Amino acid sequence: MARYDRAITVFSPDGHLFQVEYALEAVRKGNAAVGVRGIDNVVLGVEKKSAAKLQDSRSVRKIVNLDNHIALACAGLKADARVLINRARVECQSHRLTVEDPCTVEYITRYIAGLQQKYTQSGGVRPFGLSTLIVGFDPYTGSPSLYQTDPSGTFSAWKANATGRNSNSIREFLEKNFKETSGQETVKLAIRALLEVVESGGKNIEVAVMTKDNGLRQLEEAEIDAIVAEIEAEKAAAEAAKKAPPKDT
Amino acid sequence: MKLDTSGLESFPSLILHGNDVAGEISAPPSFDLPNSNDFDGFLKEAIQMVKPAKGTTTLAFIFKEGVMVAADSRASMGGYISSQSVKKIIEINPYMLGTMAGGAADCQFWHRNLGIKCRLHELANKRRISVTGASKLLANILYSYRGMGLSVGTMIAGWDETGPGLYYVDSEGGRLKGTRFSVGSGSPYAYGVLDSGYKYDMSIEEASELARRAIYHATFRDGASGGVASVYYVGPTGWKKLSGDDVGELHYHYNPVTPSTTVEQEMVDAAAA
Repeated sequence: MARYDRAITVFSPDGHLFQVEYALEAVRKGNAAVGVRGIDNVVLGVEKKSAAKLQDSRSVRKIVNLDNHIALACAGLKADARVLINRARVECQSHRLTVEDPCTVEYITRYIAGLQQKYTQSGGVRPFGLSTLIVGFDPYTGSPSLYQTDPSGTFSAWKANATGRNSNSIREFLEKNFKETSGQETVKLAIRALLEVVESGGKNIEVAVMTKDNGLRQLEEAEIDAIVAEIEAEKAAAEAAKKAPPKDT
Repeated sequence: MKLDTSGLESFPSLILHGNDVAGEISAPPSFDLPNSNDFDGFLKEAIQMVKPAKGTTTLAFIFKEGVMVAADSRASMGGYISSQSVKKIIEINPYMLGTMAGGAADCQFWHRNLGIKCRLHELANKRRISVTGASKLLANILYSYRGMGLSVGTMIAGWDETGPGLYYVDSEGGRLKGTRFSVGSGSPYAYGVLDSGYKYDMSIEEASELARRAIYHATFRDGASGGVASVYYVGPTGWKKLSGDDVGELHYHYNPVTPSTTVEQEMVDAAAA
């Protein structure tokens, strides 16, 4: 086995890990993904590049299950994502086997982040080029969580976050408009955030909702279109209200 | 033959070779097996050497208020009583107990090791490990050493979020969930008393008296059990030692000597009558 005597991820003189930063660039070029945590559910939304005519769109699901109660969406290199997701799925089952209990969202996030970090400190490998949004319900307390990891291996919990293309604009929108929501309201908030940077339409967005009792549910295109239509109507009404002269009460 | 020696590690090793990362997280450390002409015979001998040492009586049962754990304190080597004051109930952490039957060193070491793993789990996951999880960790380690001469017959008793928990784990790799267990050479006698006196709706006093009596009866009939009968209670706030009575004294407590008339007195009475 050949020994590499020079690691690929080394520090620069001013303390940067360039490979990790380039990996973050790769993430910034990936599809936009947004996650919003509600009181009783968590919603994930991902931008979908318009499917080629001959492609079977069902084979390119971007929001995947890690376990019955945990789901993941990511932005960046999709091939890297496949590897990471497979390792995470095995770890979820391994946890169930060794302690006879499902793992918490924090546990699997820590595992994925640890894995991403390991690849920034080894010889001959490059970091994973993706940031993930991990959602789920804690099996003990039943509370919903949303976590984000990035190629450097850091992770933290969020009320709402975005990653991928134009994530800054989405995050700004979320910061301005976030409030504690539940049920359909959370779904609407997530879609509204995603619509800031994506062309509107059910075929450009993939949305999934996770609830404690029903696990992950992918929304049908028709459903998404209906919600988008609602949002457009609300937006139009708001515009009209602004333009119309204020009524005397 | 790869052995799961993760129990011997207290921190993950940081060996990172060129291709190591691409495969497993880190290969579990392994050690060489002894060179002998007759490996199977060697194993059999090793197992036989420790087999008689399960001279003990331990028991545990779940009841309405929690878990009651009791054990004797005699250690014997064949016919020689090597100690009358062995601590057979091992405190894994403030809310979990383990009992010792089989090889004393094996039980003590692996219970302590389990305590370390439980604490690490707490620190990493910000929540206590369940009795289910702790017993499974121990069972997995013991299973990977199966056939190598470990002699452990233990019960893991504790209280976690789901309430009281009791598991029997042994060095053959078995792990059983249950409400009443007794382990050791004195266990048949203990089972007799325990099973006939057991009711789920006992108070703590009744349960501790039942446990104590069961151990006493086992020490009475089994030569390899004796010493002190210790009784521990595991409740929602953790474990507490309830009593530790010398079984010799317990004998006279259960079978008090009634001052009957002596022969001399009888003769005086007969003469007077």
